[in-house]
Amino acid sequence: MPLKNQKKPLLCFDKKGIYCEPAGVYLDPWKPVDKAIITHGHADHSRWGHKQYITHHTNVPIIKHRLGEIEVSGKEYGETFVINNVKFSLFPAGHIIGSSQVRVEHKGEVWVFSGDYKTEDDGLAVPYEPVKCDAFITECTFGLPAFKWLPQEQVMNDINTWWQQNQSEGKTSVLFGYSLGKAQRLLKFLDPSIGKIFTHGAIENMTDVVRPFADLPETIRITRETKKEEIKGRMVLAPPSAHGSTWIRKMVPFETGMASGWMAFRGARRRRAVDRGFVLSDHCDWQGLLASIKATGCERVICTHGYSEIFSRFLNEQGYDARTAETQYEGELAEMNSKSEENDEN
Amino acid sequence: MEEFAALIRELDSTNKTTVKVAALTRYFQRVPNKDKVWAIAILSHRRPPRPVNTTLLRTFAAELANIPLWLFEESYHIVGDLAETIALVIPPAEESSEKSLTQYLQEIIDLKAATESDKKAYLHENWAALNYYERFVFTKLITGSFRIGVSQKLMTRALSKATEIDEDVLAYKLMGDWDPQKITFQKLILEENEEDFLSKPYPFYLAYAIEGAPEDLGVPADWSAEHKWDGIRSQVVIRNREIFVWSRGEELVTDKYPEFSAFLEVIPDGTVIDGEILPFPEGNIGTFNDLQTRIGRKTVSKALLKKTPVILKAYDLLEWEGKDIRDLPFLERRQILEKLYSTVQTEALPFHLSETISFKKWEEATTERERAREVKSEGLMLKRWDSPYLVGRKKGDWWKWKVAPLTVDAVLTYAMRGHGRRSNLFTDYTFALWQDDELVTFAKAYSGLTDAEFRQVDAWIKKNTLERFGPVRSVTPQLVFEIAFEGIAESSRHKSGVATRFPRILRWRQDKKIEEANTIEELKQLIPK
Repeated sequence: MPLKNQKKPLLCFDKKGIYCEPAGVYLDPWKPVDKAIITHGHADHSRWGHKQYITHHTNVPIIKHRLGEIEVSGKEYGETFVINNVKFSLFPAGHIIGSSQVRVEHKGEVWVFSGDYKTEDDGLAVPYEPVKCDAFITECTFGLPAFKWLPQEQVMNDINTWWQQNQSEGKTSVLFGYSLGKAQRLLKFLDPSIGKIFTHGAIENMTDVVRPFADLPETIRITRETKKEEIKGRMVLAPPSAHGSTWIRKMVPFETGMASGWMAFRGARRRRAVDRGFVLSDHCDWQGLLASIKATGCERVICTHGYSEIFSRFLNEQGYDARTAETQYEGELAEMNSKSEENDEN
Repeated sequence: MEEFAALIRELDSTNKTTVKVAALTRYFQRVPNKDKVWAIAILSHRRPPRPVNTTLLRTFAAELANIPLWLFEESYHIVGDLAETIALVIPPAEESSEKSLTQYLQEIIDLKAATESDKKAYLHENWAALNYYERFVFTKLITGSFRIGVSQKLMTRALSKATEIDEDVLAYKLMGDWDPQKITFQKLILEENEEDFLSKPYPFYLAYAIEGAPEDLGVPADWSAEHKWDGIRSQVVIRNREIFVWSRGEELVTDKYPEFSAFLEVIPDGTVIDGEILPFPEGNIGTFNDLQTRIGRKTVSKALLKKTPVILKAYDLLEWEGKDIRDLPFLERRQILEKLYSTVQTEALPFHLSETISFKKWEEATTERERAREVKSEGLMLKRWDSPYLVGRKKGDWWKWKVAPLTVDAVLTYAMRGHGRRSNLFTDYTFALWQDDELVTFAKAYSGLTDAEFRQVDAWIKKNTLERFGPVRSVTPQLVFEIAFEGIAESSRHKSGVATRFPRILRWRQDKKIEEANTIEELKQLIPK
């Protein structure tokens, strides 16, 4: 594009990830690099094989749990750290516990990389905070006007009512949600007065990691020894990949539910063949994205994963200088598709 | 409306038949009679004509949602359902509507004659006043069928539970051409009514495909075999000096086939024949493609009548001398039919008999089945000689025994997002074959892969898109699929010069490169001479 000054942008997209050249640092890289600043613990953002990790201190035990022994340093929100004269700081993204946006400042220019984020306070993650910047790199997983979330309280009421209804019919409620983030969010607002809450091992392990930072109800891990009768009528939290597996047979008779933003589409719910879909996402809805971008006061927007082309076209019409960039982030799709494939084999 | 929307939501949120029947039964027990009639009409695809075209609907909805039209269109491509898109993009109202289902339908009927600005005012007012799900249902009443997996059979079962009237009797009452606006529940369901019976066909008996080998069915002497004709299944009703022709979709199509009025001169009142409407150009059975030229037309020109006349290939008799003879064994019904045929048959009369194939061993039937394409049939029908004429699709007495489909290996060239449960996935594909050095489109198919395969192909398509045309994407020619189809004929309407019948994906040939796909020339060689 001819109109820009020829200077290289502060953050650019290369084969390995989002690169800050003056600092020699990558943000959420998808190929192994020397130094990586990580926004949050989901697999598409925090990958294996980097020499050095920098992330919010709450996220440290989470990525260590996932990636094993790595060299990692934890930072506070708002704490400035300087690498080769470039100033970095992390700000809450509200996506999941320990998630951050990355603010990058160099020679008076400020860029913010959102990672994944949501504007609603979910009572678990430190709430999202808009950060003033010149250029904003945003996800747009749900960047379509068809997505409009209901307040969490209403959705959780529906879930608890559904559980109660199933219980009165002698059925177990099996609720699917991603094991990091969604599962703990559900857990926090499930009503333990209805009954005991059981968990799939993957969720129990992750929840153990998160417990020091969150006040969560008691859970019981389902093991080989768990008796069928103990589970009947109870709540079972499981990752989406458990759907259709042999593991779930122990819960018969059961009703299945899934908590995801994709459940806004009737087709998606039927494709997943769950009995009930609950529309609950850890990403922004349409209005949430627009409001956040406005709050940053930015001129330039780069749209990464999601409906990026549609979303950036709309932003252009609204007067922003918006474009798209290819990344390997998957947003909530990871929850819906690829993750399940891994486990279907087992 | 609240109750109808709740019913649709319940039907839509379960895959279990028993739960669906229970929800419908509760609905039929609870709502006023007039609403019941409308619910039956809607679930049996008897909607009032569409009062507002979809272009206007989209424009009005985008305006109310305060988004540009292109953004609405993009959302629609992704959601995959117009009513659902409209329901999603407009901010939800808090309260639910107090108008009844009947009232809404009356308003929708009246809306057809309204001016464009009145239509817009009406839609804006009602969309804004309904909550998300009611808005979806309301818009569906305007745009099309619900696709919630409720067959007529399932609805009839629920109605039977609610009214304690026998299911078969209800199926019969619900057939044909009744107007939900005029008819009462009393008249449609509860009363016996003589004049209704004048035009009414019987519910069709449908067969399943045979599962194992025919030998598993038992001794050949118990079974009748005839060719399975590839036309339009229909019933011809002759009563009180009038003729009525019904298609399997319960559509009255008498006017489309004026040839059959000749039956009135020779076939007595009180006769109902089950058979197949077949094209008969130049005195021979044609292809389904020939019949296509007749299906779409309400009135038929003399030239077309001459070029593509039709015949009725009769295979069963359901009513004779004014009596319902469906309970008689097939053998006896056939005997009466054959006697009728032999007394009225002339060369000019478009009335043919679907001949019974005599066979003593199953191998003989197998040999005849191999001839199917030669005689322009799809295979054989096997019917037990002692079977009554049942209602709907039932296993046991009648079986379809189709010939193996024709297949070619073709290259995926275009993809479109699917609808309903496949919205947001690219599942509707266009396939091409080689002609010289070019790939020429020959068929579209959107079934045959597993959900997991569709997800895999979908991901591949998103990474290998060349160009986008609205909802359609052209993709790098790389994937090869084996495409099966039932029939094939020459066609000037297709670029390839060939029309295929029921094309579908048989399997993904991951072992094949595009150079190994078939050519148009090879496809043409499959056309029966």
